[in-house]
Parts: sequence; structure tokens; C-alpha cells
Amino acid sequence: MGIFVDRETRAIVQGITGTQGRFHTRLMLDYGTKIVAGVTPGRGGMEVHGVPVYDTIEEALGKHEAEASIIFVPAPFALDAALEALENGLKTIVIITEGIPIRDSMEIVARAKQRGATIIGPNTPGVITVGECKLGIMPAQVFKEGSVGVASRSGTLTYEIAAAISRGGFGVSTCVGIGGDPITGLNFVEVLERFRDDPSTEAVILIGEIGGDLEERAARYILEQGYLKPVAAFIAGRSAVAGKRMGHAGAIIQGRAGTAESKIQALREAGVEVAERPGEIAKIVGELLGRD
Amino acid sequence: MNLLEFEAKEVFSRYGIPVPRGEVASTPSQAEEVAERLGVPVAVKAQVAAGGRGKAGGILFAETPQEARDVAGRLLGSEIHGLRVRKVLVEERLRIKRELYFGITVDRSSRCYVAIASSEGGVEIEEVAATAPERIVRFPIDPLYGLKSYHALRIAKALGYSGRQLRSLSSLFHRLYTLAVEQDAELTEINPLVETPEGEFIAADARLNIDDNALFRHPEFKERLFSEERGDLTPEELEARRRGLAYVKLDGEIGVIGNGAGLTMATLDMIRLQGGRAADFLDLGGGASSERMSSALSLLFSDPRVRVVLINILGGITRCDEVARGILEVKEKMGFRRPIVVRMIGTNEEEGRRILREAGVEVLESMEEAAERAVEIARRE
Repeated sequence: MGIFVDRETRAIVQGITGTQGRFHTRLMLDYGTKIVAGVTPGRGGMEVHGVPVYDTIEEALGKHEAEASIIFVPAPFALDAALEALENGLKTIVIITEGIPIRDSMEIVARAKQRGATIIGPNTPGVITVGECKLGIMPAQVFKEGSVGVASRSGTLTYEIAAAISRGGFGVSTCVGIGGDPITGLNFVEVLERFRDDPSTEAVILIGEIGGDLEERAARYILEQGYLKPVAAFIAGRSAVAGKRMGHAGAIIQGRAGTAESKIQALREAGVEVAERPGEIAKIVGELLGRD
Repeated sequence: MNLLEFEAKEVFSRYGIPVPRGEVASTPSQAEEVAERLGVPVAVKAQVAAGGRGKAGGILFAETPQEARDVAGRLLGSEIHGLRVRKVLVEERLRIKRELYFGITVDRSSRCYVAIASSEGGVEIEEVAATAPERIVRFPIDPLYGLKSYHALRIAKALGYSGRQLRSLSSLFHRLYTLAVEQDAELTEINPLVETPEGEFIAADARLNIDDNALFRHPEFKERLFSEERGDLTPEELEARRRGLAYVKLDGEIGVIGNGAGLTMATLDMIRLQGGRAADFLDLGGGASSERMSSALSLLFSDPRVRVVLINILGGITRCDEVARGILEVKEKMGFRRPIVVRMIGTNEEEGRRILREAGVEVLESMEEAAERAVEIARRE
């Protein structure tokens, strides 16, 4: 069972005819994801890897049923694409696109809240429920099926840690990238709530980084709620300098706020084991699951 | 991207936010002419995109046009926080009854804009927040409603104003909010917002930081993306941006190239754990081509501080063989000017290893081991 997607999820790819959209549609289909339609304005009538393409989501939904979408369109058009998905009633929207203006993200997230939809991203590798559905761009081969839930603000670092979990003989239930932008649809607390209620997940790994206070708020939540599943974390950016964006738009220490130290301290105070190195995660997972 | 004060004030004026009378000067004699036109006394303000400019001696006052010329001469060509002063803004000197603060910024936790107002202007707002939080009014703005007039009135009222002043102050707040939205501000602030003895409100300083990702809808500032005037980037960082690389200069001697922001940050952290110091953060981004790799490596080879380069690649969308070809290209074009340490796993790993082995480069499996190796070499070199 998945917390955002599962083997039943039917998805539309927005921007399916672009290089990225085309490439990842292939990989998602290979994984077994049900991609029922694609949308690219002006390309209606085409097919991509056997998936029919429509000019609008409305037309796609006239022919197919879907509850999710994944967006690959360029940043200037992402707001429009997300609003189109929301207005047509899609409930889970993954926004892969990087470089979306903050104001557009704020609008997308507010509209989604109003409509009771979930936004994953922007600037995310997406979500994978291992063995069931991949709505994202992550390399499938690094994930093995298991009981560890992963929530992350980054891409390749997540694959690094997923690979370490696999090497350690463990596996992942669902891995979700919340996104590297300052404004994202999900925060760690919301993902922790989903993992809490997910019978497939026995332990949770948070992969955080400098900037903002999502990790501090997750720590507060874990402490105040007496979170029942064990949680471990890795926080990137201990050697970052203040005032500089470290690759991600959201990875910036502003004044004294958003340092790795503050996040690590808050998490440790909440009883979360924080790894010093990504390679240690497998050992920690073993301890959390009570196996060595 | 931070605009310079005079540019921000031009934008403010377009939105009907009162600013002091003033003009920009690039030479001392221009400053003198401006002071004559405006009438003395004047403030002469260095135009650099850096905070804490006043404390650093970037704002001087003049009682005569001759003095304006002298102080402009002192500021022009000097450096403030490492930034060269190329222009000064000469302005009428305001008479001050009270200094306020008003700003609009992004509240990441609430995922919306927040208006921040304070009766304690003229100092850094973070300082007020730390020492006198009760003097700060924070008002989160619902993105679907926006800041309405009655919201702005409520904020102005919380600062203790009434009657005509309440109306003029709240209208100024509302104008700044409109500006923030239309100009895609990440941050815009007026500090200090001066109340004159006559009861008028004037933006004595103006800050406008535009979201880089929104510059496609602001053509007037777009070309500034890669210009040195923006002030928040070093020359090396600008060059990297022109090459499409995310690069931040650090003060160590181990060059770092990674793919993905989180992985690259974690690589820097591993170096630090091993007792080394990174010279940079350089993220190739997703699906890096051999061109991007070779461009990144040659950029680091041109940095005299760099003693060794550590390359950490986790192939997902990025293909290890592409990266390896990029490394090879640099070897063929300019040779390895410094030792390199490569860690590479993932998509097309075997092919990547083969290419590098033939070029005499050993590829490591773990990032911890690679960081250790790079630190060792940096100590030796």
C-alpha cells in the first residue's frame, strides 16, 4: 500500500512530448505505473510510447479516468499546468519542474489546499511506492521493497541513501521527495502523518538540508505527538556558508536561521538519530527495526 | 537578485510610494551638481547591493555642494563588503520625527507572503525581533486573497496611527504589497520608513530583491542576472552561472563537483568530517552532459587555490559514461592540472569506469572513501 500512490493510481503526464516527459514516461511505464494519457497543447492525437496525447486535461479525462498527474512542463508554464490539473479534479500532482517562481508556487499550494489536493514538489524527484508505482524520475534500481519510509528535500542524495538501505539488506516502502524549493506542497510533518498511518512503514528516514525550518518543525511534531515509529535523519549542509544558495533555491541560511546545526540539534532533542554520514544510514535502520 | 537602492526607488516611485528627492552620480563633480540642484544638506549614499551599508561607512552627509563632492570622491571607487562603489545616490536630507520599518517577505513555513511592520525602524529587523519582539507586527497574507485595504489599515493601526496618517500609511503598505506581487519580490523593505515632523511618510531607504526564477517576466532586469552589479555573487560564481552551473565559492583548497544539490552538500560535509576544507560547491545538476562536466572541471582547474578535485557522481538520469567523457575531454584539452579523485556509481557505471581507467583515473565506490582520499592528497600537495 502506498501513501500517495499505489498500484491502482492512474496518472496523466503533462508535458509528455518534451525530452524529459518522453524519457520518463518510458521508465514509469517500465516500472508498471499506469500512465493513462499525456497532455501537450497542440500535440493532441499523437502517441508517446503507446500513450495517447491530448491538448487539454479536460479532453484526456473525457476518454480516461485518472486521479494523479506528473508535470514536466518548463517553469514559465508550470503554474498554468498545475491549475489545470487542480481545476479538473486531480488529487495528487507531482511537479518535477525546477525554477518555478515563488509567487507561482504559493498560488499552486494555496489552490491545492482549497481543493483538498496534494502537491508533491516543485523541484522534486517525485514519489515511489516500491514495487507498485513510480510517479517520478528516480532511478528504480536503487530501491528495494521494504518497510522504511523516506522523505527528502533532495534527489541524488536520496538515491545515495536508498542505495545504502538496499546494500544493508533493508528496503523502502514509499520514498517521497518534498522538493528543493523554498515553497513546496508538502512538509516533513505532513509526510510523517501519512507514514504514521501506513501499515507498510515501520521506520522513517528524513533527509533534510539547510534553509527554512521544516526539520525543526518535524522535530517538534515528533516530540509533541510522541511519534510511535522510529525516525532517523541525515542533514546536508553543515559546511554551507550563510547567505548563499547551495544549489537548491530553498537551501539557504538566512541570517542565523536555517543552519544544519539548528536542525540536527532539534532532531536529536526529539530523540531522532541523526547520521553523520550517508553510509551510516543502513546501520541505523537496522537498529531502528531491531535487527542487526 | 538585489536591486541597487536607486533602482528600487525608481520602482517604488512607479507605485506611488514617496521617496526622497535625489539623483545618481558616478563622479564627484556630478554629485556636486546634484547637491546644488537639490539644495543642501544632502545624504550621499554608496550604491552597493549589500546590507549593513550605513555601519560600513557607506552613507555620508554634506552641508555644502563642495562637501558633497568631497564625500562622493571618498565613496566612489572604494569597497564596501568587498563590492566596488561605482555610483552614489545624492538625496535631500530628510527631517525625522520617527523611524519605522515595513517589509514584505516570503514566509516559507506558511507558504505565503508575510507583511512585517515595526515602530522600531533604522536598525536591522532581525535585531528588533531578537530584543523587542513585541514591537513587531507580522501579518501572513493569503495568496488567494492578497493584502486588502482593511488588512493594511489594521497593520498601520497596530503601529499607533489614526486619522489622516492612518490612511496614508496603510495606503503606502498596500502599494508596497502590490509592488511585491507584480515585481515577484522575494523581499522588499523600507528601512527606515521615515515619519517627518509634518506627518508625511517617506521611504528613506528601499530594498527590492527579485526572485531570480521570475526574471523571465521582468525583461528590464533580466540581463542583470549575470552582471557583476548584482553584488551577491563573486566573479567566479558569475562565470559558473554563465556556464549553467550552480557554484558557490568557499575558502578551502579541495575542489568539489557533484551532481545534485543535496549530494554535493553532503560531499562537502564529508570533506569537513575528514578535516579538509572545500574550495567550492559545484552542482552539475540533473542529466549532466559531457560538455557540462568538462566546463565544470576546467573552471576548477583555473582556480589557483584548488589542490585536488573531488568528483562525486551518482548516476540516475545522469549517465556515468557521459561524465567520464567530459573528464577525458579536459585531459585531452588541457591535461590534468591537479590530481583528481572520482567516485562514480549508478547508470552506465561500468562504461564510465572503463573510460576513466584507460585515462589512468581510478574510480572509487564510496563517497566517504573518496573524501578521505581527497583530503590526504590536499595535505600532500
